[in-house]
Amino acid sequence: MAAAPDFEVAKLTGEITVPKLREGAMAGIKAYIASEKIQEPLGFPGQLVEDWHDRAIGKMGELLKKYRSLQVFMDACVHCGACTDKCHYYLGTSDPKNMPVARQELMRQVYRRHFTFAGKYFPKLVGAKDLSREILDDWYSYYYQCSECRRCSVYCPYGIDTAEITMAGREILDSVGIGQKYSNEILGKLHRIGNNLGLPGPAILDTLEGLEEDVLEDTGIPVKFPLDVEGAEVMLVTPSADFFSEPHVESLIGYAKVFHAAGISWTLSTKASEAGNFGLFIGSYENMRKAALRIRDAALDLGVKRIVVGECGHAWRVAYSFWNTLTGVGAGAPEDDEFARKLQAQLDHSYPQPSHICEVTHDLLKRGVIKADKSKNDHRVITFHDSCNVSRASRMGDMPGGQFIIPREVIKMVANNYQDMAPGTTHEATFCCGGGGGLLTDDLMQVRVKGAQPRMEAFKDVVDNNKVNFLALICAICKAQFTKVLPYYGYKMDMVGGVHQLVATAIELPGLGAGPVEEEAEEAESEAAAAGDE
Amino acid sequence: MSTLSIVYVVLFYAATLLFVVGVAKKILQYTRSPAPLKIPTTPAPTTTSGVAYRMAREVVLFESLFKSSKWTWIFGWLFHFGMFLVLVRHLRYFMADVPFWLAAMQPFGKYAAFMMVAGLAGLWARRFLVDRVRYISTPSDHLMLALLMGIGISGALMTFAAHTDIVQLKMFVLGLLRFAPQPVPQDPVLLAHLAMVAVLMIIFPISKLLHAPGVFFSPTRNQVDNPRERRHLADWAAQLEK
Repeated sequence: MAAAPDFEVAKLTGEITVPKLREGAMAGIKAYIASEKIQEPLGFPGQLVEDWHDRAIGKMGELLKKYRSLQVFMDACVHCGACTDKCHYYLGTSDPKNMPVARQELMRQVYRRHFTFAGKYFPKLVGAKDLSREILDDWYSYYYQCSECRRCSVYCPYGIDTAEITMAGREILDSVGIGQKYSNEILGKLHRIGNNLGLPGPAILDTLEGLEEDVLEDTGIPVKFPLDVEGAEVMLVTPSADFFSEPHVESLIGYAKVFHAAGISWTLSTKASEAGNFGLFIGSYENMRKAALRIRDAALDLGVKRIVVGECGHAWRVAYSFWNTLTGVGAGAPEDDEFARKLQAQLDHSYPQPSHICEVTHDLLKRGVIKADKSKNDHRVITFHDSCNVSRASRMGDMPGGQFIIPREVIKMVANNYQDMAPGTTHEATFCCGGGGGLLTDDLMQVRVKGAQPRMEAFKDVVDNNKVNFLALICAICKAQFTKVLPYYGYKMDMVGGVHQLVATAIELPGLGAGPVEEEAEEAESEAAAAGDE
Repeated sequence: MSTLSIVYVVLFYAATLLFVVGVAKKILQYTRSPAPLKIPTTPAPTTTSGVAYRMAREVVLFESLFKSSKWTWIFGWLFHFGMFLVLVRHLRYFMADVPFWLAAMQPFGKYAAFMMVAGLAGLWARRFLVDRVRYISTPSDHLMLALLMGIGISGALMTFAAHTDIVQLKMFVLGLLRFAPQPVPQDPVLLAHLAMVAVLMIIFPISKLLHAPGVFFSPTRNQVDNPRERRHLADWAAQLEK
């Protein structure tokens, strides 16, 4: 981190407090707008269309018919205020429009005006407003200050999920030509090249060969990082950040060691070289489906029996909750469903499809197929950050809440020192890292840093009181976000790492007996510093 | 029959019609709009019976609100449960023969009026006292509370202070039910009470009171968490595979 921030960063106290509201505190904040070149390949107009008003209202009408969630959520809110102190962006910025209900109200005011009797005839009474350019600007500003983390939906008595409304808002904006540069550019790269980083096949191959050499040098064991191997049992789909970024790559090494130690044949795929799917962030079913179909195609091409997903929060939501719907990766398609059956007949249903890498590692450790020397992690005191999409929009294992238990058990099976953060900041009450949902871009740094504050407060508490020095994550966005944001709050970025980084440290590789000897501390520090400069 | 009685008879038929048709139309709309993706807020039940239990906890105990804000929960639950008891108590005006259980619960329904009014008062106070809730309150939020408060207080007045002619009231209500209208009692408190109830019925389908049917259709609460085990596909989404 070079320059001092041009905004105020709160001093941490270790406690989360609800601020008094400050109107307009974040009003000027806008993410960079996508250019024509970015917009058009996604099927969106290149710039604001002339008839934006009618098109936006038309799109809203279409979405209300396509999504029951939107229709019910537009109607059901009673302004009870239960959600008002639940959003990390409100807690961090005190801008009232970052309260979930107020964020929803940005759309609801227009919904009422154009789609309800009360709003048509008594607009003032019910707070209904015609869609104006100012409102559209407000949408762009505040729908890109929401990370779609669903924390509000946990607390709403009707389960109103602001993420659904944010997604609809972003889709309407896209449909009139206002897109966000960051999300849409990345989505374009994914469609065009196959992953968010825009890495072509040869670059991935090169990286993987480099990793094989590194691991061989460190451990003396020839752990393979196979790519595009037909007939492999497992296809691993992981965020492309795992190929290049720190600390992400440490987890990729962890996955590889797990498969190696368990003797499972596996492969990565160039076609499916991205688990992330920003189609979710912009609420575009078509784009999300198009991106997800790459995974289906790759699985069919390679003839794999299992599909496993690496550490990535929103990717796991899309994989767990949506892949079956979008692509047929899953089970239980009806007999006349040829599209899904074609793939499902190929998959091995003695495993959940898709599986999370934590589910795989957890199962192997539990059954003793792989072993870990916990003491290798003794230099670490670990806490675990529940990623929002994993916690509130997916599951692991066969029981509700398995998404909380399984990663923690994995950590505890490979390390001795574990400390949870305070209740109310973990499990389904977890606070977003502040960078999810398409906000992981430098032009939104203020939003990201302030949005991270509640999580940072809980983190400070365990750092101060329990000597925690490692923040374990299962999400590529969380990793990138915390690496960047921790220094703003006075912490070193090398405190951040993946759960499978811990696994990589402690796992016993056959042929060696003991685990790898890594000079972790120095190495991670210099690498993290390098990553921070990008 | 007096003009006033005719006005009240017409008002109640109109209000009932608008209420029933309006709510039915909304429910139909919710039923017909698809939920293309699995979006239960997790951890979520993995079975249909589990979902029914979750929904029951939500509707009867306001579980999510309890997790969220104890004050809003206390006031909200007092109000809703009080109103529920009061409504059940009112059934006796709709039945020629009052069954034993209904007669037995009358005292509970009677005093529940205080729960209802106290809950409303608490909820209303929050709209002034909590800056965040004040910010999101619209004029209609205040009017809705005023209306419910008016109904509660006028009702309680007739039960505890200025008794109204409940025999004649019952005749009026049964007359409506039997399509043989009877005169409405000429008691100003009762007339105010009835008028406010009719207004509430009329605005129900065009206001936030739709939260009552809405909660049952909320995909984050009514979906089973089984996306890996069952393929979930909306009609419009299936078209994309053609």
